[in-house]
Amino acid sequence: MIAELGLAALWLAAALAALQLLAGALGLTARGATLGEAVRPVAIAQGLLALLAFACLIYVFSVTDLSVKLVALNSHSMKPLVFKIAGAWGNHEGSMLLWVTVMGMAGAFVALVERRLPERTMLATLAGQAFVSLGFYAFLLLASNPFERLSPVPAEGNGLNPLLQDLGLAFHPPTLYLGYVGLSIAFSFAIGALITREVGPTFAKAMRPWVLGAWIFLTVGIAAGSYWAYYELGWGGWWFWDPVENASLMPWLAATALLHSCSVLASRDALRSWTVMLGVVAFSMSMIGTFLVRSGILTSVHAFAVDPQRGTFILGLLAIYIGGALTLFGLRASTVAEGERFALVSREGALVVNNVMLSAILGIVLFGTLYPLVAEAMGAKVSVGPPYFNPMSALFALPMLVVLAVGPLLRWRRDKFARVGRNLVIPAMLVVAAGIALVLIGGVSLLPFLGLALAVGLGWASVLPLKGRNLRRTPLPIWGMVVAHFGIAVALFGMSSESAFSIEKLVAVKIGEVTQVGPWGIKLDTVEPVAGPNWTALEARLLVRYGTDGRVTRMLPQSRSFWAPVQQTSESALLTRWNGQLYAVLGGEAPSVDGKDEVNGSGNRWQLRLWWKPFVPLIWVGALLVALGGALALLGHVLNDWRRRVVRGKIAYRRERQGR
Amino acid sequence: MAVKAKHQRLILLVVALVVLIGAGLLAAWALRNQASYFYVPSDIVARPPEPGRAVRLGGMVEKGSLKTAADGVTIAFVVQDGKAKVPVTFRGIVPSLFVEGSGVVAEGRMGTDGIFVADNLLAKHDENYVPREMQDMTKDQAKQVVAETQ
Repeated sequence: MIAELGLAALWLAAALAALQLLAGALGLTARGATLGEAVRPVAIAQGLLALLAFACLIYVFSVTDLSVKLVALNSHSMKPLVFKIAGAWGNHEGSMLLWVTVMGMAGAFVALVERRLPERTMLATLAGQAFVSLGFYAFLLLASNPFERLSPVPAEGNGLNPLLQDLGLAFHPPTLYLGYVGLSIAFSFAIGALITREVGPTFAKAMRPWVLGAWIFLTVGIAAGSYWAYYELGWGGWWFWDPVENASLMPWLAATALLHSCSVLASRDALRSWTVMLGVVAFSMSMIGTFLVRSGILTSVHAFAVDPQRGTFILGLLAIYIGGALTLFGLRASTVAEGERFALVSREGALVVNNVMLSAILGIVLFGTLYPLVAEAMGAKVSVGPPYFNPMSALFALPMLVVLAVGPLLRWRRDKFARVGRNLVIPAMLVVAAGIALVLIGGVSLLPFLGLALAVGLGWASVLPLKGRNLRRTPLPIWGMVVAHFGIAVALFGMSSESAFSIEKLVAVKIGEVTQVGPWGIKLDTVEPVAGPNWTALEARLLVRYGTDGRVTRMLPQSRSFWAPVQQTSESALLTRWNGQLYAVLGGEAPSVDGKDEVNGSGNRWQLRLWWKPFVPLIWVGALLVALGGALALLGHVLNDWRRRVVRGKIAYRRERQGR
Repeated sequence: MAVKAKHQRLILLVVALVVLIGAGLLAAWALRNQASYFYVPSDIVARPPEPGRAVRLGGMVEKGSLKTAADGVTIAFVVQDGKAKVPVTFRGIVPSLFVEGSGVVAEGRMGTDGIFVADNLLAKHDENYVPREMQDMTKDQAKQVVAETQ
């Protein structure tokens, strides 16, 4: 019953999206102007219906209604409730439903609160949003119905991939989707502005909070995903350049560029067509990411279903939306009036460098991600990994970060390096000092070396825009910028330190044996079986001590066996200090040498993989600072807008009274 | 700097294009050099990749070939595809589904001594999460391989 309700809500939402598109398009014509008034309410209703459908799906998952095929295939009655609920989006159909729900809600939210755009642009924007939604509704209803019933009803479900049975899963996909799909707003804004040719500061100011919002979620989502991979996979790495990771990085790169060009357009009325272009590109990257992840052409924990028909469907949608938007851009870009001019040495100039470099990195990641697919089509099986991505992206990222240190100090329109030069003496000295220190330490390879030195200088330079300001009167967006840029420096330091100073040790030890990893002494105390709700495990108790006089702390890495579905995972144990993290993974019992079975249990050896990773948590701390900076900027912009509205309301009210 | 409006737009456009095209060319060049190719044992025997170059090797773990070194964490085994055999060494924790007779994809490089040094082993997880290369292989060669290993 609930499943049917969900399906009905979904069909209705799709119908409303069609209506929204039609009314929006007709509303732009002279005769259909009255129809335009229906667009906002329809958009809100559409969003609410999608939300209702999603709530229905969560309900059938939470009660494990096995007559619904999706539940039977992906859930299990013996799972903790939180994973039952999270399981609703831990599969292809559910995650696509989450996609359209976020998209519908985003449209509804725009319809509800956005009042700054000219009404015609608004109509075009909401029509654009409905047009994109419609394709994904079609995909969901025609090719991946989440509410399909199953007959006969099975006695038990298949369960969820154990790797996904983790609290990270409860938050990572929804957060990432809010970012991914939130960018659809920027896309629709760009289309709306192209249709009505109204690209200017008003447009940029209206678009900026939406881009910021999506970007914040994207940042948090990527950071959460990275941390999940770090502790759940037990491989000790935090970024693998896996195509699925790249799929989330590409929209982030485009959105970061968009954010910065948006601020140029809002403050200085320059970079008009470029900003619109980025609006189109950012969401296109989200869609390409979805195609890569959902079509099953990649193998990963994210590729839920391998169904070529679905891949073709998404590819068709991609062609229509990206192709259509780029065509529209091609037709209209030349008619968008040119913006203001600026000298090369200026805030705008620095932001252009930021944009070009981010685009270059985006191109490099896109190439590297698609190359294996292209090669496979031509009969060669290749994979592309860190040896390509690390140096290639650093080649553009490092110069960009140098400009990041200088750019925020420059004035708009025109400036001289001489004016800001004095401020940069200390950061430059810090870079040199860090460089010398690293040479003395020795053994640090080039990229982490540059990263560490640059991070130190950048950390200092990033707070310089606050110099000489009254801190209490500094606008929130400036605080946001400073915090976010400082976060970049912090994250860069963490990444470089991890790569430069990590110590790994792989050993097979007997119970009671002590092993050393960097400053840590680690003793294997016991290995004992433990049981969870749907798994059993071997749990090692490690007694670890930092240095010679530190306290002894326990770590409990596990090697888990799930039975629905049957799979083994390793639960790593992490111990965080201010200066880094100790990371422990329990392998199996070491196979006996030369085939001789060691019968007495005390003689058995256990495999342990241990890492000491100095300052590695800074990666995620930095990412969260970046997101916090975004949130501060967003808050600042929204408050400004709200204050302006209040003042305008008061003026109107006074005028009205005086008129009487 | 008094640059005419049109000129400035053009300069920006050209600079942006040069950087982006440069990035594209660099990427293409780097991809040719850095992409890691997939080999089955008979490919390795026929056209060995240069030692030290990152490649992936896929095949079946030969029965009776798995040996553990005295340190308890280094293993040696032979990967075969029914036509050729390649010896492999690996230091690390093996995936739980890695057993003799199962399929494996090893990421690593050929040593000068003709032994493949693996950094990472991907074993067949379950029906839903099969490495792509192995999917094809089980289709084409599994029967033959199984017949020959038994």
